Amino acid sequence: MLTAYLAGFRATWTSVFSYVLFGTYIGIGALAHDFGFSVWWALASTILMWAGPAQVILISALGAGAGLIEAAIAVALSSVRLLPMVVALLPMLRRPDTRAWKLVLPAHFTAVSMWVEALRLLPRQPREHRIAFCNGLGTGYTVTAIAATLSGFHLAAKLPPLMSAALLFLTPVAFLMSTLRNSRMLIDRLALGFGLVLGPLFGYWQFGLDLMWSGIVGGTAAYLIHRFREALQ
Amino acid sequence: MSALSSEFAWLALVVAGFLPSEAWRWLGVIFARGLDEDSEIVLWVRAVATAILAGVIAKLTIFAPGVLATVPTPVRLAAVAIGFAAFMTIRRSVLAGVLAGEAALIAGALIFGK
Repeated sequence: MLTAYLAGFRATWTSVFSYVLFGTYIGIGALAHDFGFSVWWALASTILMWAGPAQVILISALGAGAGLIEAAIAVALSSVRLLPMVVALLPMLRRPDTRAWKLVLPAHFTAVSMWVEALRLLPRQPREHRIAFCNGLGTGYTVTAIAATLSGFHLAAKLPPLMSAALLFLTPVAFLMSTLRNSRMLIDRLALGFGLVLGPLFGYWQFGLDLMWSGIVGGTAAYLIHRFREALQ
Repeated sequence: MSALSSEFAWLALVVAGFLPSEAWRWLGVIFARGLDEDSEIVLWVRAVATAILAGVIAKLTIFAPGVLATVPTPVRLAAVAIGFAAFMTIRRSVLAGVLAGEAALIAGALIFGK
């Protein structure tokens, strides 16, 4: 168990996501500082929320004077992705006798970086080691993000605006590259392509749950095309 | 803290930050119960997750948050395209794609920005 946990932890050292997370969370730490939050609050948000885009939304919304409900809705809408990500990941970890509470921690650690690396690395791990491996991955990334949140908070005043912009840009670019790398099957590539088009289109029309709908419509279309192609072969 | 009282900020972190993101993960634990790794449902759910993720990527690029919005939209779009091209040409390397995209964004902002 410990060996698997440490293997997961060590896998983050050589992962490109550690660098991306470091940059992203420097940006988030600096943002929290600029909007007048305390360093403890910034650290707690990294540990408890563990979702970069949602943290950016929460900090900017509260800083701009949004109410509690308004901020909660904005965060909930941006975090919809966590649900299907967890549903796709857990069946890889579970054995018939696994208790549900053991899956709560891997579910908490589920974020884009951890999810993408877990889907890539888990098949090489024996099933009985996978929960510990995921917890190791999650711990490694969280430690990196904590160090970066602290650094960003203290660097905030010294960061030029273009640097802050470049750090915010890390999230979409790194999400895209990592999703591309993991898209080996046609269904994944189609889902990626449909989502890229539908997300901003539905967002532009602003009917609230736009991310959820672009996911359901784009994902289902990709799945149906995949099924259709399989039926032909 | 400037505009925010400390108590409100902590309350907001739990009520508007932690719960609205963690609740999706708890729901995921419930929905994943009894699903097989190689089942059709899991394949569909993964496609939905990928499409949502793609939506997040596109929205963060087009409707950019904070100071990123000060970089012109065509520069942001071109930077993503350059990152993608670098990823495809340099051994499908995530690092190459990210570095090229970032370099293009910074260069573009310096040349075309106000």
